[in-house]
Amino acid sequence: MKKTIFLGTLTVAGLCAAAASAATLDDVKARGNLNCGVTTGLTGFAAPDANGVWEGFDVDVCRAVAAAIFGDENAVEFVPTTGETRFTALSSGEIDLLARNTTWTMSRDTDLKFDFIGVNYYDGQGFMVPRELGVTSAKELDGATVCIQTGTTTELNLADYFRANNISYEPVPIQTNAEAQQQYLAGACDVYTTDASGLAATRATFEAPADHVLLPEIISKEPLGPLVRHGDNEWGDLTMWVLNALIAAEELGITSANIADMSAAPTNNPEVNRILGTEGELGAMIGLEADWAKNAIMAGGNYGEIFERNIGENTPIGLARGLNAQWTDGGLLYAPPFR
Amino acid sequence: MSDTDAHVTNAYFRETMIAQQPPPATETGAIKWLRENLFPTWLNAIGTVIALYVIYFIISHAAPWFLNGIWNASSLTECREIRNATLGPDASAACFAVISDRWKQLLFGFYPSEAYWRPVVALVILLAGLAPVLFGSIPRRFMAFSLASPFIIFFLLWGGSIWLPIAIAAGFVIGFYVAKALASVNQIVALLGVVIVPILYWFFVMMPLVNMLQGFLPIGIMAIESKQFGGFMLSIVIGVAAIVLSLPLGIMLALGRASDLFIVNKLSVGFIEIIRGVPLIVWLFTASLLLNYFLPPGTNFDLTLRVIIMVTLFSAAYIAEVVRGGLAAVPKGQYEGADSLGLDYWQSMRLIVLPQALKISIPGIVNTFIGLFKDTTLVVFIGLLDPLGLTNSIRASTDWNGIYWELYVFIGLLFFVACYAMGRYSMYLERKLQRENR
Repeated sequence: MKKTIFLGTLTVAGLCAAAASAATLDDVKARGNLNCGVTTGLTGFAAPDANGVWEGFDVDVCRAVAAAIFGDENAVEFVPTTGETRFTALSSGEIDLLARNTTWTMSRDTDLKFDFIGVNYYDGQGFMVPRELGVTSAKELDGATVCIQTGTTTELNLADYFRANNISYEPVPIQTNAEAQQQYLAGACDVYTTDASGLAATRATFEAPADHVLLPEIISKEPLGPLVRHGDNEWGDLTMWVLNALIAAEELGITSANIADMSAAPTNNPEVNRILGTEGELGAMIGLEADWAKNAIMAGGNYGEIFERNIGENTPIGLARGLNAQWTDGGLLYAPPFR
Repeated sequence: MSDTDAHVTNAYFRETMIAQQPPPATETGAIKWLRENLFPTWLNAIGTVIALYVIYFIISHAAPWFLNGIWNASSLTECREIRNATLGPDASAACFAVISDRWKQLLFGFYPSEAYWRPVVALVILLAGLAPVLFGSIPRRFMAFSLASPFIIFFLLWGGSIWLPIAIAAGFVIGFYVAKALASVNQIVALLGVVIVPILYWFFVMMPLVNMLQGFLPIGIMAIESKQFGGFMLSIVIGVAAIVLSLPLGIMLALGRASDLFIVNKLSVGFIEIIRGVPLIVWLFTASLLLNYFLPPGTNFDLTLRVIIMVTLFSAAYIAEVVRGGLAAVPKGQYEGADSLGLDYWQSMRLIVLPQALKISIPGIVNTFIGLFKDTTLVVFIGLLDPLGLTNSIRASTDWNGIYWELYVFIGLLFFVACYAMGRYSMYLERKLQRENR
């Protein structure tokens, strides 16, 4: 009896799943808030403060999307996800948007049936070594012991890189970033390797950050971006253009300080006007009000402001813009035109 | 020589007693204790010295760290500055400021701070409700409160309409009266009625009834979703719910496994072996990931509830095996004696066999419960923020990145208190139930 009920449930569930895939925006509007998947805690990218309010670089993307839809940056339910649960949570509909420093790869985009809506942080794998070793390049690391998180792409990247450069190394497998910090400081390994943003955040917590150097080599491409389910293109477009609006706002000089003035009346710059809804009907094209982008930008500022507040050079993490500068400044951020 | 011997004439005999002498220094007081317990042989003496050195080593390293602990700071960096200013940069000092900053989060997770009183009151009610069950000296009439307390706790923690817990409780009352009414007809009919009627009520009648009553007489407090539960409170909610639910379920499974009825027996064996044969973490992943695919999209089947169900089933399988051991240890004569008194199956189990079997199983049952309570920390792997999960979140804020031991010491202490209390209660219960049949 149990088995037939089980199979019956399975069939019904399958039918429902097929029927109810589209129109995420309608679901979100009916629910009154956005369900946004974030990490359970990654310095600078997502973490709850003492009052349980989530903040961070990825969190601000969620808030911008919520603000674009509802005009309220707090209409977000943050769902903490782990590396194991994040993709299931998204594909099962538990969350509408996953902003969890997830690397955009081909198999995730195609085989797992997700759509990456852009890149909000260009990361890459780097190395940290104690300054007293006197190493200046990763190529000098022959015979080094390397702390590395097991089961991650960083492990594979490391093997590829060292084999290509014909260097031998001894891996010290560790589970979490917290463990890695302890092992590295205790001298269990000469080198710690993970994403460069993570290295910077880790080094910032050391008692003597200056005693450790980040090597110049970046050995992998880790474009981190928010993603949505495959199959609802309207929802994918909406989230993609919210992210683009944040990036374009920085390029066009729209900040949270001057946005009230700029959106009060049409300015001389027609693209600014189109973004802020004082001209044209771009909002209606993605099913939102005319002031969608204005609300999104007011939520946490433009891309540059979000970056500076959470992970920029004035924070303890102190990341330089690097690849994440606007294309006009030699970076990779390049929002398509709002037209 | 005392003066009582002054008149002694014979030099070879003592005619009076010598006054009592103190025992030799090596046979009394602390020295005797030391000699007997710490240095009885050379081997033990060496062991003692080594042990003393290890204890000294640990304390000399840990004590300054504890005693120099800094409680008032807003970040790890500030902690280090305070330490450098007051103790010098090489001193070891704990930064307990992280606990004074985040203890509320570690205890309550994301529960709204204006409602912190609710879990606290719920805990008091839980303890008050448990007392009549745990301690025989409290009058039996307080058991009514124990029966009501789960519903009060449910209402306090989740909030919402007061009619929901009342309507759920009404289901049990309905079941009770159905049993009473049908008992005179046929036992099997009564058993079916007890199961089916309340379930039909819960599924089809309860929600409209609650909505109607709520519209008629709206009483309630702010509803709080279980998503907002976290920290030690989440561990307790999952742990206590699973402990309370798994004991009766486990006993039923143990009886089922010992039963002669073919289907009941095989179902129980299958259930126990399947649940027990798979790691808990796999069941938790099943609850959080697999069920999402099976359930129709949009169904809001609470993740915490799913976890409670899975943990309950898991621990019920273990309890069943522990109780089965107890059942096997009850002499066959007890079963036969019950039969010869003309008791039916349930009466003989309830009055003769189970009291003896459960008494034997107490250490095993409490052991399982302690293990279960600690296993609740596994929920961190499915993204629920229990105390261990929160350590990661707290470290992820730039203020506290780099803090380890302080948080783990605090969490360890909380778990130790809870588990130690359970262990002590188990010993108390064993002593109280001790009979001379060993």
